Amino acid sequence: MTQTPISTEELILFLKKQAKTVRIEILKMLTIAGSGHTGGSLSAADIVTALYFYKMRHNPKDPHWRERDRFILSKGHAAPLLYTVLALSGYFDMSLLTTLRKIGSPLQGHPSSTLLLGVEVSTGSLGQGLSISNGIAIGLKMDGLSSRVYCLLGDGEIQEGQVWEAAMSAAHYRLDNLCAIIDNNGLQIDGHCHEVMAIEPIREKWKAFGWHVIEINGHDMEAILSALHAAEKVQGKPSLILAHTVKGKGVSIFEGKVEYHGIAPTQEELEKALKELGDGE
Amino acid sequence: MGNKEQKTNPPSPPFTKGGSGGITNSKLKTPNSELKIATRDAYGEALLELGKKRNDVVVLDADLSCSTKTIKFAKLFPERFFNMGVAEQDMIGTASGLSLTGKLPFASTFAVFETGRAWDQIRQTICYSNLNVKLVATHSGITVGEDGASHQALEDVALMRVLANMTVIVPADGNETKQVVHAIADYYGPVYVRLGRSKVPSVMPDDYQFQRGKAYTFHTGKDVNIVAMGIMVSIALDAAKILKQDGIDAGVINMSSVKPLDHEQLLNAAKACGLIITAEEHSIIGGLGSAVSEFLSEKHPVQIIRVGIRDVFGCSGKPEELLKLYGLTADNIVKTIKDALNR
Repeated sequence: MTQTPISTEELILFLKKQAKTVRIEILKMLTIAGSGHTGGSLSAADIVTALYFYKMRHNPKDPHWRERDRFILSKGHAAPLLYTVLALSGYFDMSLLTTLRKIGSPLQGHPSSTLLLGVEVSTGSLGQGLSISNGIAIGLKMDGLSSRVYCLLGDGEIQEGQVWEAAMSAAHYRLDNLCAIIDNNGLQIDGHCHEVMAIEPIREKWKAFGWHVIEINGHDMEAILSALHAAEKVQGKPSLILAHTVKGKGVSIFEGKVEYHGIAPTQEELEKALKELGDGE
Repeated sequence: MGNKEQKTNPPSPPFTKGGSGGITNSKLKTPNSELKIATRDAYGEALLELGKKRNDVVVLDADLSCSTKTIKFAKLFPERFFNMGVAEQDMIGTASGLSLTGKLPFASTFAVFETGRAWDQIRQTICYSNLNVKLVATHSGITVGEDGASHQALEDVALMRVLANMTVIVPADGNETKQVVHAIADYYGPVYVRLGRSKVPSVMPDDYQFQRGKAYTFHTGKDVNIVAMGIMVSIALDAAKILKQDGIDAGVINMSSVKPLDHEQLLNAAKACGLIITAEEHSIIGGLGSAVSEFLSEKHPVQIIRVGIRDVFGCSGKPEELLKLYGLTADNIVKTIKDALNR
């Protein structure tokens, strides 16, 4: 798949450019679909780009490769982001992205693993991905594989009780091959997380649950790479990357706007967004 | 429906007037029925055998391994056993993850918690993704006994049956339970197996072979056929014996495969007579009675009377007392049939 550039600078540049492409494709597909989750797809775009185009060992030609790293999108509503990185990686044709949310499309509103190769497990009902990731991490360890599991959670999602059950068991079973990432954009459907249901202090809570916590700016590609690298070195406990992000990141008209949690851009908004992102450059 | 009694909660015993029935009626059993074993005990043994045979088998429990009998597997294969603590939702998710790495997970706890507490996890993760996870729950029905309604699953079959991709199996005795454990291990897909806490008589023949989607017909009756699951199979056989003495030819079918239902044997039974009785230690809403009614009303309408828990919660008591209280006895099945046949 993607060739990794040699120097770190080149790598960062490449990933930044790739993240821009990912954002453009997300916005295009959402506009065509006419519905879907814009804000949370854009806020996690840099992290997921870093995973799919650099960090993770995976093979689009062999989606079931036993030794692949696994990515579990616990915040299943960021499906457009997952579909984009899968398409850009070569799991399926880019043209499929235009079928998002359309009848007969494998690109369901939330990811379905039975319909789309590359999706590890169906998600959409929040709070379930971390438990699934734990199970995968245990299974990989039993098989003596060095593969890692990455699980992306929303910050509003950690209001689900099951997340804390899973946080407890990941530490209990010392799952150091597991890295959870919280896309901490501070917003959820009904408003600011701290107004809807306070989730802070996130760092202290996960630390108390026995996790190694790394806090970063989730849009700083260099910081993302070094956090992923640091997480890999941790032994005997799971790692959490607490990524501070901006909902709708990359497009000023969407940034920090709670309204764009679950709304697709209009054609007019798309044109503005593409201009800002420099589509066609 | 045939039984007109409306139950209130707490229930009054409207069914039995001095009659003996169900588990208390054990003197009337077939020869091998003296052999009594709880299906959960059979599960513990079968899991152990399966674990020896296949090293991809992993077992998860939610702090009830001593009761569900997964403790036997845990002791012999500690590296393949995962106690998830009192966290059923996490257990289901973890089992799902394990299945995604090619393991064959059996996840066990009490039926009420497995199917109720973790229903969304079963729906969203296991069934929607069609994962190869086996949910084997114990302590189903009112024969949980003294723990009372909070622990007596009367809705679990309904909750699992409604899920796409799900198979639902309710074994009648220890022998069948063991066969089911091995059979579902060879089948890919989500399966729910409903087991009990109390000892039940052996009813299935020694040479019986369980098959998913296949019922077992003990006898096809000309006057009535009783379609039963779980512990009610033994009780239905008792009822058939009593009826025979009174000149009524009653057949009994063990519909352990509640989903997929055995359409063929059900049709045969309905065609052989004009009256079908369903018997289940479960709510009459959504369980075996519903499954049978749904099918026959479309394919071959006959009168169907559902014997089961009539839209009420259970309560504390001894299993045999509770079976009597809720009308899950041979005597009540006999009475129901005689009333329906005007005999």
